[in-house]
Amino acid sequence: MDWFLQQFINGLALGSIYALIALGYTMVYGVLRFINFAHSDVLMLGAFAAYFIAPAAASIFGPQSYFGAFMVIMMAALICAAIGVTIEYLAYRPLRKRPKLTVLITAIGVSLFIEFTCQHKAVFGAETKPFPKLLPEQDFLLGGLTVNSNDLLVPLVTIMLLAVLWFIVQKTKIGTAMRAVSYNEQAASLMGVNVNRVITFTFAIGSALAAVAGILYAMKSPGIEPLMGIQPGLRAFIAAVLGGIGNLPGAALGGLVLGLLETFAGGIPSLSNYRDGIAFAILILILLFKPTGLLGKAQTEKV
Amino acid sequence: MHTNAKRWLMAALIASFVASYFSARFDQYYLGLAIDVGINVMLAVSLNLINGHTGQFSLGHAGFMAVGGFAAAKLTLLTSDAYFPLGLLLGGAVAALAGLIVGIPSLRLRGDYLAIVTLGFGEIIRVILQNSEFFGAATGLTGIPKLTTLCWTWGSAAIVVYVICSLVNSTYGLGFLCVHDDEVAAAASGINPVRYKVTAFVVGAFFAGVAGALYAHHKRVLQPDSFNFIKSIDIVVMVILGGMGRTTGVIIAAILLTLLPEFLRGFADYRMIIYSLMIIALMILRPQGLFHWTRKNAPNQ
Repeated sequence: MDWFLQQFINGLALGSIYALIALGYTMVYGVLRFINFAHSDVLMLGAFAAYFIAPAAASIFGPQSYFGAFMVIMMAALICAAIGVTIEYLAYRPLRKRPKLTVLITAIGVSLFIEFTCQHKAVFGAETKPFPKLLPEQDFLLGGLTVNSNDLLVPLVTIMLLAVLWFIVQKTKIGTAMRAVSYNEQAASLMGVNVNRVITFTFAIGSALAAVAGILYAMKSPGIEPLMGIQPGLRAFIAAVLGGIGNLPGAALGGLVLGLLETFAGGIPSLSNYRDGIAFAILILILLFKPTGLLGKAQTEKV
Repeated sequence: MHTNAKRWLMAALIASFVASYFSARFDQYYLGLAIDVGINVMLAVSLNLINGHTGQFSLGHAGFMAVGGFAAAKLTLLTSDAYFPLGLLLGGAVAALAGLIVGIPSLRLRGDYLAIVTLGFGEIIRVILQNSEFFGAATGLTGIPKLTTLCWTWGSAAIVVYVICSLVNSTYGLGFLCVHDDEVAAAASGINPVRYKVTAFVVGAFFAGVAGALYAHHKRVLQPDSFNFIKSIDIVVMVILGGMGRTTGVIIAAILLTLLPEFLRGFADYRMIIYSLMIIALMILRPQGLFHWTRKNAPNQ
């Protein structure tokens, strides 16, 4: 039972991070109908932004202060939002009317470009760097369980961000416009919605969420390096498909389910070696038996 | 057209045999490079059948290559050098089986979903190889006999080009182009897209497996880690640069991209940066590929 609860808490923390990243994938898919492969690299850039800002924040606000950590996360989110918008403007916008495959290949190109430029020794270098401690870390003992304070913080931050996102999408004018574009781009633009602005906004929000997720992920992992985004990025994409791509609550649910499944499978000795393959096996199964995902709606294809 | 192609095939086979006869006198470095070129041509042309002619997007070609390589290398290691030709066929057959397994989910998927699934299959193959003691786990296979010669490589490359060209240019092969252009319209006019997609995957995977077998007996060491996502991207870049669905362009691109890193000093540091920029620039400015010219007798039916 203790083992079960312990895995559950670890899985919840991991799943929340996947959920945050998955939201970015699913939002971009909602408005543009393509997988933004570069999303996982924006996550990595978020972690690196925090890595460079953290010393400055520590000298101003004192080491490991909550306000300092908040400022670091906000700054990293802003930087990543700018990067996301730039990527969209330079690489995806010229391809808006081209076949999907062209955009997909470009997205892979952008992703590889960021990864390998950052790996070059003149930029970040390929070696792993220790991530600075942003917050005081504490281990709580609850019964037979050890709970790290960060593992509790991660789901809390995720829930807060989900609430903010829900408010933006459902209650604000730009959120309504986002939903309109995702429903029917042409009709939305005829109703006076500025489609380009909506897409820019979507990329900004998605990338900011990725930055937060990147920092949370970096806090849990031993260090950061330019390829750190690939694995959580792929898992988060699978989470988005699992929940039904284009569906915001679905992405959050998919992230949690995937995080839990992976943690439980990783805890079983005979399966732990295959941990990397489990997420993909889930993806293939879901695409074979329920391609619309857990919460997605079936769409008929029109000619 | 057909007899012409057969003449080219015979000429290429004879040329590779003759070149191989004198290969003992060649510089070992250039000989190795020539074999690399042949293997990459096979990989690029076979991927072109899937990604180019049929218009699917596979990111798992390195996985098929790994399957073929490991199967063939294990066979020659367990038996003797004489089984090398059988190993090539076995590598191809096992990879074709993997292609069939990947091809089946592709029935229901298209575009970006398929890309992710093929990527996933490549990763799963790598994870399985890394965990199986039979194939040497993470260290892979070592001490594979060096059996790949110029004749085997270039001969196989010539056969791959011939088979894929005749397949695509045949009446049956027009179906690949139909599926590429419009799957729904193809299905409406009596072409079974499922069959064509699976055929493309099986044939493409078979030749990738043979290429992997040749690669194994050329490098003499096989590690599961070397067949990662980046290896698949290398092959995809060749196809994109050459022009998806243009065999000649893809062959030129495969030769160029194999030789360039060898001859440009300091290129290795920037190789992937340049590749990725090339992908983005080509997609925005010239999606039909660099070496593309209009086909004279393009099928209009």
